[in-house]
Amino acid sequence: MKSVMSNKWVISLYVLPSLLLILLLIYIPIVLTGYYGLMDWNGIGKMKFIGLENYIELLKDTKFWQSAWHSLLLGLFSTLSLVGYLILSLILASKIKGANFLRKIYLIPMLLSSVAIGQLWAKIFDPSNGMLNRLLVLVGVDNPPLWLADSNIVLYALFFPIVWQYAGFYIIIFYAALKNVPEELIEAAKIDGATPIQISYKIKVPLIAGVIKVMVILAIVGSLKYFDLIFVLTGGGPNGASEVMASYMYKEAFSKYNFGYGSAIGFGLLIICIVATWIIQKLLNTKDVDY
Amino acid sequence: MLNKKTVAIFMSVLMLLSLVLAGCSSSSASEESSADGKKVIKFMHLWPEGSSNAQFSIVKDVITEYEKEHKDIKIETEILNPDQYREKLKVLASSNELPDIGMTWSDGFIQPYVEGDMLAPLDDVVENNPDLKDAFIPGVKESYAVDGKTYGLPLELNISYVFYNKEIFEKYGLKAPKTFSEYKKVVKTLADNGVVPATVGAKDGWPASFWFMYLADRIGGSTILTDVIKGKAKMDDPAIVKAAEEIQNLVDMGGFVKGASALSNDDAKGYFMNEQAAMFLTATWELPNYTTSPDVTQEFKDKIGYFKFPTYEGGKGTDINSYVGGPGVGLFVAKDSKVQEEAKDFVGYLVKRWGEKSVVDAGVIPATKVDTASLDLAPMYIEILKDLGEASNVTTYFDTQSSPAVSELHHDLVTALFGKQVTPKDFVKQHADELAAEKK
Repeated sequence: MKSVMSNKWVISLYVLPSLLLILLLIYIPIVLTGYYGLMDWNGIGKMKFIGLENYIELLKDTKFWQSAWHSLLLGLFSTLSLVGYLILSLILASKIKGANFLRKIYLIPMLLSSVAIGQLWAKIFDPSNGMLNRLLVLVGVDNPPLWLADSNIVLYALFFPIVWQYAGFYIIIFYAALKNVPEELIEAAKIDGATPIQISYKIKVPLIAGVIKVMVILAIVGSLKYFDLIFVLTGGGPNGASEVMASYMYKEAFSKYNFGYGSAIGFGLLIICIVATWIIQKLLNTKDVDY
Repeated sequence: MLNKKTVAIFMSVLMLLSLVLAGCSSSSASEESSADGKKVIKFMHLWPEGSSNAQFSIVKDVITEYEKEHKDIKIETEILNPDQYREKLKVLASSNELPDIGMTWSDGFIQPYVEGDMLAPLDDVVENNPDLKDAFIPGVKESYAVDGKTYGLPLELNISYVFYNKEIFEKYGLKAPKTFSEYKKVVKTLADNGVVPATVGAKDGWPASFWFMYLADRIGGSTILTDVIKGKAKMDDPAIVKAAEEIQNLVDMGGFVKGASALSNDDAKGYFMNEQAAMFLTATWELPNYTTSPDVTQEFKDKIGYFKFPTYEGGKGTDINSYVGGPGVGLFVAKDSKVQEEAKDFVGYLVKRWGEKSVVDAGVIPATKVDTASLDLAPMYIEILKDLGEASNVTTYFDTQSSPAVSELHHDLVTALFGKQVTPKDFVKQHADELAAEKK
């Protein structure tokens, strides 16, 4: 058997099925997207080759860069919210009562579909009948904000349901990582007189730095290609004030039937995601701590 | 050792093969006839039993009837939700596998399919059938025509009215307005008393566009928007700017529900159904909610009345019987269909039977003329069918007439217009730019 497995041909043969699947489902569509971006195509009729025209237009398209900026803001906001999740996880992991129960509560939004969450928050944000504004009126705010209808605040209003939606995911991973921190280290620190905050900050957090890095990348890349709640709640409006890259791509390709240009946006989105991942990895490229 | 190696290789090859085969198995050419020798017509429609039960039943009954009369034909249906239907049709079209009969929307939607040479002209169906020749309400069938040939036969027709809550109007001593200045007075009275005058789902774009289209019709005349799309008039016509300005005047007066630009049509409808708003400009597809629907209380239905969109003092569109509306879905026959003749015959049959059944069974206004005398209908239906007979013009929805790109931009811009994120001047300019870009 050993000699079979060391035969390169056999190895590649075993790898082939999954390689084919990955090629078929991921890499070939990426190449095709880039290729469609070179076309003038409405998705139905014949394609017309127009060279780099779509990509050049993309670079000059203020709507695209505006939506890219919104995506980036969402990425920053998600990254900041990681701090909150980390603190929550630290508390949960420090053996408080009901940690298990709370963890499950935080996970619930993860289990709902984005469309259901969208419907839920649409009701909360409703300008006159919504829970939020009713509450504000009750406590004496005369003209509560219109949330999703106000182009100045719609983006920030949207960040909250998005952050809320993914809270459980990040918390559960942080929590699992924190549970893996060896108990002896914490005991030793306690004997040396370290406060709980010192233990968290100086021992636990550095030990899970690797996980934190991965979470930062996930949060930023996830935000850059984020689509669901924004599409359900505002559809990118009003007047493009909450447009993100993915919703802009959808609009061009599926609503305006500009498949060529939509593909170009998709390809641009891919490149931005790759660049962002690379930058984050460079920025966070410090040695993992090990005790 | 060798044996094991062979087994290993054999297994991997087997895996590969199964993978390849799995990829191939789904695509098979559409069969012409079923096992019992009947000709099979494939029919794709968008009225699932769950969400559009009445329409579903009519189609099902008509198919059963037809199959009974034509023993050699078997009609196979595939039913999808409207949104899924749109997507699937596009995918089928790009691989040239359209069903024999399918549903289509008019104007901008049907255009790419016709240009792609995928649909069969249906003029002969109408011409050769005495039942259909004069059956359609004038102007409706033409919405499915490209270069003078009709590629779709309409089933539905919707026109828009302002529906209002009579109880709220009575409470403040108001009457249904006939002119726009009267309408503004109504708005003012309601707003002053803290009642939401009109509800509109501006987030979706198209419900807000109803207001814009009617004002453009009343101020600039009934052909102005059609002319703009055909390039015979300019989008920056003063009348259109004026229409956009009047919308923002209404917004300033508090004429619409708060935060309209974040409300979907369904959200907005909720305000009207819960009697939190006095008026709702919408199309006749809402009629069942005000007449026959078992889900709505009779008490509410009794409170609802409608009026025609008021005329504008000094405007060119002086006829209150000019409507904004449009055909809903129609039927097409695929050009590559192997049973084209049979499919055409069934389409003609379905359109005719649909016209006879749809008002009574589904509360849908058909695109064909209805003989109200012989039917037992709610009074509101009879009045509206009578209005249709007297209609001087039905302008097809701007977003239906225009290309998908203009339509999408229009939706975004109307939302912004209602949210005051765009000025009337800029509103028309952005339209004009997109229309000009398209002409190139």
